[in-house]
This record gives sequence, structure tokens and C-alpha cells, in this order.
Amino acid sequence: MTDLTMIDAIRRALSRALEEDPDVILFGEDIGIDGGVFRATDGLMQRFGAARVRDTPLAETVIAGMAIGAAAQGLRPVAEIQFMGFLYSAIDQLANHAARLRNRTRGRLTCPMVLRAPYGGGVRAPEHHSESMEAMLAHIPGLRVVVPSSPARAYGLLLTAIRDPDPVVFLEPKRLYRALKEPVSEDADALPVDKAHLVHEGRDLTIIAWGAMLADARTAAETLTGRGVSPELIDLSSLKPIDRQTIRASVRKTGRCVIVHEAPLTAGLGAEIAADLAEHCLTSLLAPVIRVTGYDTVMPYARLEDRYMPDAARIVAAVQQVMEFA
Amino acid sequence: MTGSAALSPSECGVFLDAEGKVLRDLPDFALDSETLVALYSMMVTTRAFDAKAIALQRTGRLGTYASSLGQEAISVGVASALSEADVFLPSFREHGGQLWRGVTMQELFLYWGGDERGNDFAGPRHDFPICIPVASQFPHAAGVALGLLHQGAGGVAVAIGGDGATSKGDFYEALNVIGAWNLPAVFVISNNQWAISMPRAEQTRAKTLAQKADAVGLPGEVVDGNDVIAVRDATRQALERARAGQGGTLIECLSYRLSDHTTADDASRYRDDAEVSRHWKAEPLVRLRAHLVAAHGWSKEDEESLLRESRSETETAAERYLATPPQPARAMFEHLYATAPPEIAALAQEMGDD
Repeated sequence: MTDLTMIDAIRRALSRALEEDPDVILFGEDIGIDGGVFRATDGLMQRFGAARVRDTPLAETVIAGMAIGAAAQGLRPVAEIQFMGFLYSAIDQLANHAARLRNRTRGRLTCPMVLRAPYGGGVRAPEHHSESMEAMLAHIPGLRVVVPSSPARAYGLLLTAIRDPDPVVFLEPKRLYRALKEPVSEDADALPVDKAHLVHEGRDLTIIAWGAMLADARTAAETLTGRGVSPELIDLSSLKPIDRQTIRASVRKTGRCVIVHEAPLTAGLGAEIAADLAEHCLTSLLAPVIRVTGYDTVMPYARLEDRYMPDAARIVAAVQQVMEFA
Repeated sequence: MTGSAALSPSECGVFLDAEGKVLRDLPDFALDSETLVALYSMMVTTRAFDAKAIALQRTGRLGTYASSLGQEAISVGVASALSEADVFLPSFREHGGQLWRGVTMQELFLYWGGDERGNDFAGPRHDFPICIPVASQFPHAAGVALGLLHQGAGGVAVAIGGDGATSKGDFYEALNVIGAWNLPAVFVISNNQWAISMPRAEQTRAKTLAQKADAVGLPGEVVDGNDVIAVRDATRQALERARAGQGGTLIECLSYRLSDHTTADDASRYRDDAEVSRHWKAEPLVRLRAHLVAAHGWSKEDEESLLRESRSETETAAERYLATPPQPARAMFEHLYATAPPEIAALAQEMGDD
């Protein structure tokens, strides 16, 4: 058991997958000798060879498309898109092909690929480097979309994603890459991909968050506990499919819900969750479901970034609004 | 005529001219009667399939269909050069090539009739299904080639797209990576001179589409796509290079779309009948038939019996397709994931067995 950062945990999961399965290959921009711009693949090319850890030309469409072809041919490609803002040009391949190949061939050809991408803001990156477009991906039938919120979660979920027989988009909250360490066992089991995780139990309301927002939600939960409010905290973790049963069970118990995401409000994943709760938990709800999200605007450049990102204070304020609803 | 179609025979691989006259020494396979008859028969069968598909569409029994009329030699020529270990990635006008590879007519009718089971063909299990989003199959071919390279069994990924596809980034990105990584892949451009209503000359200022290979350091060649011998020979040589670890090739096959873009199109809105009539003189079946008659004793009886057989095969396949009941509605959920998440499983359950 070693204390690892998220980026170390990701590297360790990739390394273990490469060791365990000769069909696993990695490719992406600058992932070889450079070890990836965030060092997720540091040392892997040296260890596993340039045939299994490959630098691609700078071309996101072909990175996604090649992963599809290689997966259909029996490999287990784990491809990297350097930043989520550059994933838009891969969406055609994801939506038109990766997500459909099994379905359109009635299971004859399958697509066991993983597309990894650092996502989200909070690290003062240049423009186009801080996007949160998870809702677009979660809208695509046939995909899985997974977001870890801690090093241990990143390790276990990435292993499962690589072993999954269907395409998984694995979004890595880059703000958390080096923000915290936690013990990760070398032989830690893979975690289930389709599950939300109950982070801690509470009585008064449910806070749902994912990725980097979970850190802010935790801080908010501590403040709230100090004020005599008992929040239940859920890490959504799987954005597609959504573990609706876990969410509904929690909200039926607490009667209140605040959803936190970094992406803009309109047509974000919070809307889907709120609608699900309205459909299935109406009689349990004691207050409106409130969303604490990024604003409906373009992700601002670094100097205004902190003003855009939801934080603990905004979450606490939303919870107070919910708790005071008569 | 404009663009690459204006190339002279010396600039473009060709063995048989439009009248079937032999222009240069034929490759070995083209000296064999049985091989030539097989190629000719598949092209005739493809045309019969095409006619039946259009007839079914016009009578409301098939969906929108993309005819391969006039381009039969391209996909038949390419597919006939492949071995079983190779992987074929067609676009949507490669019916002949798919049939050659072992996809059945019934499966093709099912696909065009709106049934996913048409892509679950019993034949070449690793071949890709028809690809509709233009040029998006080329990146897959690069990935398939990577997979074949890892397997080390000498397989080659062979993708076909239209002239329109060469305007897309997908095509260029994939061509570039098969060059950079020296992958065993062959990209074929079925240049029928039209991207729906956009003529070849307006699509690009490039003299040929094959020259786009120059930009990535791969060999690019132009062949007469109406000469099945030229298509097969160029493919054969490209496959040999790929198997020998010498990397990919781009082959541009010059042809002409004698049909509308699809059954939903009306080409008279944007091109002259006179131009189409001119191209009928160069279509691929006539020249090979002339050569078979002149050099291989192909008789009127042979021809009539082939036409009869191809029509009857087509009719039988169409009847089987029409007699195939649609999938139950729950089928729309059954292959979304290997294991359906609970909400998807619930939807399938709700649909019942109808």
C-alpha cells in the first residue's frame, strides 16, 4: 500500500493493464518519450516498448478512429486525447462508430476501447484546455463515461474501463492530478464502472458531485456538519449510465438534493438527475432540487476562472436555500 | 472532362481499353480464363443486384439505396485481390466487393432494407460493415492495420472511399498515420467524378487524387477504375508491398457514377445527360466481355446463362429478404452493450417480444 497522487495511480493502472494483457496498447500525442503532458505515461514506453506505447501524429480524429479499428481487431487500445477541449474532433468517431459498432453489427464487431482525457478547469491552463463537456458524451447511447474523484478511484475505475468489452470515455479531473495523495494497493481490485459511490451518509440532504467538484462538495459538507446539517455525499462516478437507483434511494431518504457540476447549467447532467428525481421521487422531496454549476458562458480565461468554478461557498449557500425552503 | 479523368493511358494503369483491346502485357492472373470469368460474373451479378435493389426501393420495399452502376470493377477488382486474412472496410457503393468477400445478397438487402442484421454477415467476420459517414472508415482501417501488425499474420487493412472522401480530414489524418507508422494498409479511392452534385474538378485543385499520397510520403497511383484487371493488379501489388513491411499505398480508381447518387437523388438537376451518355461508352462490363469473347471463347450462350443465373440468384435473395420478419422491437436495446445497464435491460423488457 503506497500513498499515490491521481496521476501516479493512473500510471500504475496503465502499467498493470499493460503487464496483464498483451492486447493492451497505448497511443496518443506525446505519451511516449515525453510520458504525456501530465506524465500519466511516464516511463511506460521505455518499459513496454514503442510498439505498445505509441506517439501518434497530432490528429485527434484518427486517434479515436484508430482505437475503434484496433479494438474491432481484438486489441484493447487505451488512447489519450491531450485535453478535453481537443476531444470535439473525436466526437464524430465516438458517436458514429465507437458507440454503435456492437449494435450495428449485432455483436459481430465490438469496440473495447478507452479514450482518456484530462478535463475541467482550476489549473490556470490556456484557453481550450479547461472544458467540461461530459454531458455531450453522456448523451451518446452505447458509450460509458466515467470520472474518478480520487487516486484510488482512478486506479480501480481505469482498470475496469480497460477490461470493459465496450467503449469507455475516461475523464480525468486534472485539478486533482496532484492535489491529494491516498493509499492505493498495488493489487487493488477493479471497481464497478456503472456505480455511484456513497462517500458519506447523512440525513438532511443529498449532495451529488463528480470529479474535482467532489473536493469542494466535501469541504462544503464539513462546513455544513459544523452548522448542524447532516449532508449525504454521493460521487456520481459513472456519468453514463447513471446509477439512478443509488441516487433515488438517497433522495427518498433525505428528501433534498443539491447537484454540483463544473459544466454550464443548461442541458448539463444536473438537469437529467433533477428530472429523474422529479419523475421518481416527487413525493419524497421536501424542497426543490438545486443545481450549483458553471455558468452558461464560455469558460473564462485563467484570471476569471475562480469566479466561474462552483466552490464550497456556493454549495453551502445552495444547501442553506434548500434547508430553509418551507 | 476534368481532373484526373483527363489522364492519358500512359499516366494511368490500364490493360483493357473501352473496347476491350489489350493495351499492354496482361498480368498472370488475367491470362487465366477461370479468373476472368469469375471477375466478369461478379460484376454482372452486382449489376443485377443493383437493378433489383432499385426496383425494390421504387416499389417501397427497400430503403434509400446507393447504386454502384458503372463502378462494379472497382470493388470487385479490389476484393478479388484480398486474402481471407485481410480486412475489407467498404464505403457504401462496394456491393460487388462485399459479395466477392462472401457477404450474401440477402444480407445486403437486409442492410439497405433497414435491418441491422444485414451487418452481421456470416461471411468475412472481421470485415467492417458499410460506412456511411464519408471518410470515417479510413481511421478505422489504420487501427485495423495496427491490430493486424500486432497479430503478425500478414493481414492488410483495405479501405475504399469516394472522391468526396479525399476532401475530409479523416482521410488525410489516416493516410498520414499509415505512412508515419508504416502500417499494412491500402486506401482505395473510387473516383466516380461526383460528390453528390459537386464535380471532381470543383472539389480540389489537385490534378489527381492519388497525388495526395505525395504529401504523406506514400506511393499513390491512378488506375482506370473501369478496367477490373488494372484495379486488381494495382491492389495486388500494393498488398504485396504491405505484407513485405513496405507500408501503405493510395490507389485512385477512375470511373464514373452512371446512376444518381442514391435513389433519393435526381442527378438531372446538376449534370447533363450527354455527359452521362458519353461515359456509358467506357463502362466496365462491356470491355471485359469483349475481351472474353475475343480471347477466351466467351459465347452468346455463356452470356445468356450468366444473366439468367445472376437474375435468378438476385430474385431468390430478394424473396428471402422480403420473407424475413423484422426484429422484435426489443432488439434495438439488445446489442447496445455486452451487458445491458439496468435501465437499458428494463427498456428491452418493457418492449416485450413484439
